[in-house]
Amino acid sequence: MSAVEPALTLRGDARVRRRRIVNRLAESAATIAALAALAVLGIVIFSVAKRGGGELSWGFLTEDLPTFGQTGGGIAPLIVGSAILVGIATAIALPLGVLTALFLSEFAPRRLSAAIQLTIDLMNGLPSVIIGIFVFGLLVYGHTQSGYAGGFALSIVMLPLIARSTQEVLRLVPRAQREAALALGVSRWRIVVGIVLPSALGGILTGTVLAIARAAGETAPLLFTTSIFVNQITSDVRHAMPNIPVQIFIWSESPDPEDHKRAWASAFVLIMFVLVTSLLARLALARTRRKLSR
Amino acid sequence: MSVVPATQELTGGRRVRDWLGDRIMFGLTLVAALATVAIMVLIAYKVVRGAELSYRAFGLSFVTGSVWDVNKAVFGAAPFLFGTAVTSLMALLIAAPLGIAIGLFLSELAPRGVRVIIGALVELLAAIPSVVLGLWGILVLGPFAADHIEPPLQRAFGFLPIFSGKPGSSGIFIAGLVLAIMVVPIVASICRELFLSVPTELEEGALALGATRWEMVRGVVLSSSRPGIAAAIILGLGRAIGEAIAVTQVIGAGNSGIHASLFATGDTLASRIAGEFIGASSKLQIASLFYLAGILLVIGLLTNLLAQVIVRRFESQRVGAD
Repeated sequence: MSAVEPALTLRGDARVRRRRIVNRLAESAATIAALAALAVLGIVIFSVAKRGGGELSWGFLTEDLPTFGQTGGGIAPLIVGSAILVGIATAIALPLGVLTALFLSEFAPRRLSAAIQLTIDLMNGLPSVIIGIFVFGLLVYGHTQSGYAGGFALSIVMLPLIARSTQEVLRLVPRAQREAALALGVSRWRIVVGIVLPSALGGILTGTVLAIARAAGETAPLLFTTSIFVNQITSDVRHAMPNIPVQIFIWSESPDPEDHKRAWASAFVLIMFVLVTSLLARLALARTRRKLSR
Repeated sequence: MSVVPATQELTGGRRVRDWLGDRIMFGLTLVAALATVAIMVLIAYKVVRGAELSYRAFGLSFVTGSVWDVNKAVFGAAPFLFGTAVTSLMALLIAAPLGIAIGLFLSELAPRGVRVIIGALVELLAAIPSVVLGLWGILVLGPFAADHIEPPLQRAFGFLPIFSGKPGSSGIFIAGLVLAIMVVPIVASICRELFLSVPTELEEGALALGATRWEMVRGVVLSSSRPGIAAAIILGLGRAIGEAIAVTQVIGAGNSGIHASLFATGDTLASRIAGEFIGASSKLQIASLFYLAGILLVIGLLTNLLAQVIVRRFESQRVGAD
């Protein structure tokens, strides 16, 4: 009994103190790690804002690209081109992704469902440069670079993201609602169209916005499919379309400090779009999740 | 009572429409799901077909060939395999402990309000486009590291061959750092979910037995999540291996031979494809770049597959244990 007693005193012997110190060290290490990640995020955003924010002007957003050696110029063609490319990608990936997710959650037998699920996960982990080289081989080789090739490449980036996020919200639609409808003799497709999709709509849309934010910044899928483009605004998807990420890449590789300034300013525009949209979408998603799981 | 015959009258037409609607809905979703699978198969097929010419010329020895000389039309993947291995290993060595620690902070340590905000910010780190991170890497991080990180490392550990050579603002070391920044949020957010799913009773049991928070984390949280942590790290590895753009921007692409120094320039599989493909002129060169893509595809698929297998087995285990 006497051996137990020291452990029960509140004074704490050397061992207890050591355990406390180790605990404190571990807690500090974890906190420092989190702060370090925040610091890196802050430094990157600050660098881009400091170097890019100053270069930004109305002219920069609305003028055509500068020709070689010319000063000034703007990135209007890049903004329009990027919007069109992401638009094409969304038009392909949204229906394909949502329908695939519906198949998995409403119709697929277990085995098939597991195989398709795995395919989606693998597609999500696909190096994006491979998507670029694939679309080059499929649509560009023997033809020319084009807006639809770039849009298709981006859609492969978006497809697994949309499918996954849709699956997640579909899973949140209460089973009881579906079963109640089935018990009333409502057919499968009416349940999907009338009950499942309407309650999942918000979640699907925010998932799509997240996928758009991701696709807008992707460079590698566009590098071989739509990278040799004109300096003016164009909406002709049969030819290469100017776009923000590839131009930032080109400017960042240039030795000319003027080009670096343009790269920073374009990066500022891109990063603002990506961060604001993904932040808003995440907030909306958290709300949908809370609403549906209540 | 008059309602009943009316519904019965409707039944015939409605039954046909429901039957048709069900079929159409099933067909549409099935076609979409199969199209998704078909795209994946087509990707593999196209990459393999594109590499055919190079495969015929070099066979499997392409993988170990250490010379990549466009003028002599000799191509080998070894330097890029080496660059990929070194950069992603370095990224993991930095990012894995950081990511796990952040996961612990977010799941066990931070107060609720802080947890949500910091969690969202860490995910924003993952949302930064790689081309922007690469731009920052070459114009801000690179020069800073060449002045303030690499020289002290060399002074302290210069006897190690990896820290030999001249510090520079682009090279394998900078690429490793940039990749680490990309991998941290992936490991952190997976680990957070993982740690949050550890049964609370176990955690509270350990605390009730007098364990400190760290002892509880080590004994309960970490030890019961080991396979999941491994999967998180492997997924991060997949990201590091496949990243093309940011690495191309910071790695320098000059001296791509196999060498010990981290400060020298180099090239990875992905960065060589991204850097050389547009300017590629000969058919054999294009095919060889496709061959590199094929190797990258195999490595990427295998790492992801491994991670998914671990995740699936682990999930069913943990669900079963609950």
